[in-house]
Amino acid sequence: MSTLKTGDYNFSSRLFVGTGKFSSNEEMQQAVKASGSELVTVALKRVDINDDDDDMLKHLDIPGVNLLPNTSGVRTAEEAVFAAQLAREALGTNIIKLEIHPDPKYLLPDGEETLKAAKELVKLGFTVLPYVQADPVLCKKLEEAGTAAVMPLGSPIGSNNGLRTLDFLEIIIEQSNVPVVVDAGIGAPSHAARAMEIGADAVLVNTAIAVSPKPVQMAEAFKLAVQSGRMAFEAKLAGKSIKAEASSPLTSFLEELEG
Amino acid sequence: MSFYDEIKKYNWEEITTRIYKKTADDVKRALGKDKLTINDFQALISPAAKPYLELMAQKSMQLTQKRFGKTIQFYVPMYVSNACTNSCVYCGFNLNNQFDKTILTKQQVLAEARKLREEGFEHLLLVSGESSKDCGVEYFEEMMAALSDKFSLISIEIQPLKTEEYKRLTKHGLNTVYVYQETYNESNYRKYHPAGKKSNYQYRLETPDRLGEAGVHKVGLGCLIGLEDWRVDSFFTALHLQYLENKYWRTKYSISFPRLRPHLGTFEPNYKTSHRDLLQIICAYRLFNEHVELSLSTREEPKFRDNMLKLGVTAYSAGSKTNPGGYSGNEETTEQFSVHDDRSPAEIASVIKEQGYEVVWKDWDSYMQK
Repeated sequence: MSTLKTGDYNFSSRLFVGTGKFSSNEEMQQAVKASGSELVTVALKRVDINDDDDDMLKHLDIPGVNLLPNTSGVRTAEEAVFAAQLAREALGTNIIKLEIHPDPKYLLPDGEETLKAAKELVKLGFTVLPYVQADPVLCKKLEEAGTAAVMPLGSPIGSNNGLRTLDFLEIIIEQSNVPVVVDAGIGAPSHAARAMEIGADAVLVNTAIAVSPKPVQMAEAFKLAVQSGRMAFEAKLAGKSIKAEASSPLTSFLEELEG
Repeated sequence: MSFYDEIKKYNWEEITTRIYKKTADDVKRALGKDKLTINDFQALISPAAKPYLELMAQKSMQLTQKRFGKTIQFYVPMYVSNACTNSCVYCGFNLNNQFDKTILTKQQVLAEARKLREEGFEHLLLVSGESSKDCGVEYFEEMMAALSDKFSLISIEIQPLKTEEYKRLTKHGLNTVYVYQETYNESNYRKYHPAGKKSNYQYRLETPDRLGEAGVHKVGLGCLIGLEDWRVDSFFTALHLQYLENKYWRTKYSISFPRLRPHLGTFEPNYKTSHRDLLQIICAYRLFNEHVELSLSTREEPKFRDNMLKLGVTAYSAGSKTNPGGYSGNEETTEQFSVHDDRSPAEIASVIKEQGYEVVWKDWDSYMQK
């Protein structure tokens, strides 16, 4: 399988995972390891970035695993830029998952503020991965602004509803010149495999792993599903069979004409 | 337009009748839905839902885990003053009760803060009696300025303020405001709150509107369970929540379920509420709204709290003292009410861990709201 390039990063695993909602940091660590992920996202608000002994960060100190700090909780571009700069300074990483959701209920991303913050962060030298609606036009604008990838949602975050935005994801994937990471809503390995089959470059999964009664096993299931979906995409799916169904042929008149 | 205009469209007695007329079929219909209406919520808090508590609890657990994970957030109240100009009949800080008023100085607040930091707390709730004369907005500005670099999240439960005053406090790091209506029954409200600013039902009711306008991050609602029929008060709380969510959509909401507890004074609850009832209330809210935070305090006994932590609740207080200066050794001051779960935060945290849940001490940072 091909390697995924995002900004200056190369990933052999196309599964990114989240770190929230686990029953303990130990379990989270085991699940991250089982997922084979090389990029894990962590909410800045959950960790003390200035504390070397922060329990969550300690558990994420895993060889081969990169941290993807996210700005979850901020409501404006200004707040996001400020939080990203603090994260860069404290964690020593340029990469940032840009999340701006002024709506605390469904945590839906604010496209307008996200684009504004993305432009600013790119100027400041960040590798920006913005979490957005499955909006093809917005994704093109973000690409133009210089983001390293786009992360459109499959369905509302935490909903486990799968790829409800499928039609738009397909357009985004078709048009994008930067990697497309399907983020949010992926509730089962089959959803992840489907996203990979249609050509997504990676998926990000959190709730479906963390809330499963067996998170470690589920993490491995996602790992296999993502690999399988990617392999299928690279091998190219066979076309669907086309079968004429009309009871009386629609083109038989041609034969009469040709008589 | 405020919630006062909205609530006037409803009649307490009519709602009571509607709730008590709900049938098993109404409950089953509500349980089968993914998106519940306020009408479905009525069914879930009705007597007809009593035989369905197990199913409600299971659904509630599932929804809560999906949204919040296997986690419980911890917070701790710090009582900074028991001075109050109200005479609420159920409260230890009642103006007419004879006790020495205590208002913590900055030094005393910092001493309390040190103790709470040692316990591991990151989310702090400042609580006071309602007295603008003794603890006005300037007082809280000063305390927040002193505390904001020590805690990652600061909340208050104090007298209702004006929109501008909330904006001022937000600049000093205020994140969340808890303001309980106590009861939504306007005609009986005055009986429990005969004097002081709190006797103004409308001003209190419109406080969450002012908080929404001020852009405060989170607003905590609730009523004092035991004053009026909890089924009806729960309905109005849910109605309030629905109104606020649609109007102030940038704000996060939380619901608390304070039950009347023993206090200095003689007031007894008008309506008894059992553990079974409280479970029904909590699960009904969760089924109605899978996003709202639900908080259960140390007013409740350990065994109940330990069993409820999976069933819909998302935040716990722990190790609480309800008297000013209580953490740094002052045992003399008057408490607001007696707590029922007096285990240490570490003890409660270990019980939560044993049940396969993670205690979240920190879920915010002051720099997120610059």
